[in-house]
Amino acid sequence: MLTLPTAHCALCMTTVEQGLAQLPGVHDARVNLTLKRVAVAADPDVTAETLIAALGRLGYEAHELDAGTLRATQTDKMGRELLMRLGVAGFAMMNIMLLSVAVWSGAEDATRIMFEWISAAIALPTVIFSGQPFFRNAVGALRAGRLGMDVPISLAILLATAMSLYETAEGGGHTYFDAAVSLTFFLLAGRYLDYRTRAVARSAAEELAALEVPRATRVVDGVETVVAIADLRPGDLVRVRPGGRMPVDGVVVEGTSELDRSLLTGESLPVWAGPAAEVSAGEVNLTGPLLVRVTAAGRDSSLHRMADLVAVAESAKNRYTTLADRAARIYAPGVHILAFSTFLFWLWFSRGDLHLALNIGVAVLIITCPCALGLAVPAVVTAASGRLFRQGLLIKEGSALERLAEVDTVVFDKTGTLTMGAPEAVDLAAQSPADVALAAGLAAASSHPLARALAAAAAAAGIAAAAVDAVHEVPGYGVEGLWQGRRVRLGRAPWVGTEPIDRTASYLEAGDGAAPRAFAFADHLRPGAEAAIAALKAQGKTVHLISGDSAGVVAELATRLGIADWMAGALPAEKAARIAALSTGGHRVLMVGDGLNDTAALTAAHVSISPASALDAARVASDMVLLGSDLTPIGEAARIARLATRRIKENFAVSALYNLIAVPLAMMGIATPLMAALAMSASSITVSLNALRLR
Amino acid sequence: MTVLAYLIPISLIIGGIGLMAFIWTIDSEQYDDPKGNASRILKPDYDDHPKK
Repeated sequence: MLTLPTAHCALCMTTVEQGLAQLPGVHDARVNLTLKRVAVAADPDVTAETLIAALGRLGYEAHELDAGTLRATQTDKMGRELLMRLGVAGFAMMNIMLLSVAVWSGAEDATRIMFEWISAAIALPTVIFSGQPFFRNAVGALRAGRLGMDVPISLAILLATAMSLYETAEGGGHTYFDAAVSLTFFLLAGRYLDYRTRAVARSAAEELAALEVPRATRVVDGVETVVAIADLRPGDLVRVRPGGRMPVDGVVVEGTSELDRSLLTGESLPVWAGPAAEVSAGEVNLTGPLLVRVTAAGRDSSLHRMADLVAVAESAKNRYTTLADRAARIYAPGVHILAFSTFLFWLWFSRGDLHLALNIGVAVLIITCPCALGLAVPAVVTAASGRLFRQGLLIKEGSALERLAEVDTVVFDKTGTLTMGAPEAVDLAAQSPADVALAAGLAAASSHPLARALAAAAAAAGIAAAAVDAVHEVPGYGVEGLWQGRRVRLGRAPWVGTEPIDRTASYLEAGDGAAPRAFAFADHLRPGAEAAIAALKAQGKTVHLISGDSAGVVAELATRLGIADWMAGALPAEKAARIAALSTGGHRVLMVGDGLNDTAALTAAHVSISPASALDAARVASDMVLLGSDLTPIGEAARIARLATRRIKENFAVSALYNLIAVPLAMMGIATPLMAALAMSASSITVSLNALRLR
Repeated sequence: MTVLAYLIPISLIIGGIGLMAFIWTIDSEQYDDPKGNASRILKPDYDDHPKK
């Protein structure tokens, strides 16, 4: 299973499928254009790398997806089941409506009775089949001693059907088969929308997780084998190549290199690692290959322990009561009391006419039934999250939009969030061109991120790299070579013999006896960072910057982006504490962060966003994920969240208005089945249209 | 009014056929890749071996 982010048309599909089918060992390839994935059936010896390389030659970017992580999305049984029930209810509703129209427009005697029996024959199986999701939830709620939204729904559907059946048998006039079935249909539509939104979010989130295929290279007696991370045991030897992420906690046995631990601590400066140095899972190896002895793997690694902590803390977020919950809490008992008191009143008023009293009581229950209420929230959330998804923001939690709408303070992390986590050489103009040329000549020989940035900046400034002889990389230290017979070095401060400055820098020793020159680097700003911050400020929100990086770097970035409140050198616990302090101060905080050091803060915040490049644990902890590298959608999301909450409230108002008109009529006993049908359909359609305005 | 004796069963049967067709489309997983299926008819080679 591979993901193809760039596939978009029929031609792409043909090219990919035919191209893959021509490879030896591949039996069948099938592209799913909706999910932008290709499923390949091949011999076991065909590796994902060969397939990706073949697709690369065809001009398509592809990444491997971990089949184990994805399996959950494959079986979409629940969605299909809901769709089936919805289809049956829709079929039954239209047929019964057809027959009911005849009854309403004055069919009499035998015709009317026959129509009612036919309606009953259609409605009864439909209600039993399509109403099951509601009945199941209602039974569950009652067992737990609660009155959810589903109890009044189930009661209304069942009572309406039973009452109508009795009326039909007696030959009386008031049958509500159409109401019972259309109620089921509209509410199922709401359920299905809700389910779709969640399914799309879940499959996108799982795809992100599946992109990190959990494999490692184990070394046994000098032979390298690729194994799943889950199979690693403490004491195993693991080879980690430059550019690779540490799969486990361990101790370096062989090799020297530099480690980028920005995802764990927020430091943008790479850290030196050599024999006996301790490494933790999640760090990225930059320069030289390392041989690591595993001390903790899988569930015991520091990365997993942190992720587990987050999973525990997450339950706190579930305590948030959404607008729908609050509405249901008032609504469910209200409806029951209203219907029951109407029943009692009519029982007394008509001096014991049980039949009449029951009839009116059921009419009240049907008319108040939360058709619009069941659609009001899912329709808005679907429209809003669809719109944000197209802009590259994935909403994982249903209640996240509502929480985002309440936010008044935004806290950003620096490394990897406001910045790309990729360095950019600055102030090259201040250096002498000869130095730059020499540094570029040395840098060209290395794949270290700083070296590559320096070479690229020199080329962009139009300075040709000097020809340096005998260039070789000393992993973990820098690059060394011979230039005009002198030894020249570019690398870490202690190695070239100087004191480090307070920023990310590389140091050049030109071998001319002068003090080594420092080339400073700044982190590359994420596109859209300025726009997002400006948009948030324009909406009257306070913006903070909290980073684990050193003060100099953080201060510079804060000034550049116009952020007044910043804090540097923050430990993970301090970040979370700062957010907790803001929260107790009455602020609702949105946290945007990507690293392991942010996870606690992401969990503590009222609502949280992380970029797609973030560590898995951080993505799990946050409510929304930015799919692209652009930050602009954050500002837009805050605006749409406010709009969506307003639409939800409007929808509640609309359905309340319909009830306000229809309920008194029902209580007076003059409501007819036609009125019930009209009120229900009209309010459902109104709220759906209102939600569509968000698209 | 005897015409109703024919018309009602006919309308129900036609509706039922529609419902059966809908159930069949769900069972044969035709909603899994709507975008891909829309493009697939444009392919030059006739695709008569659906997903295995």
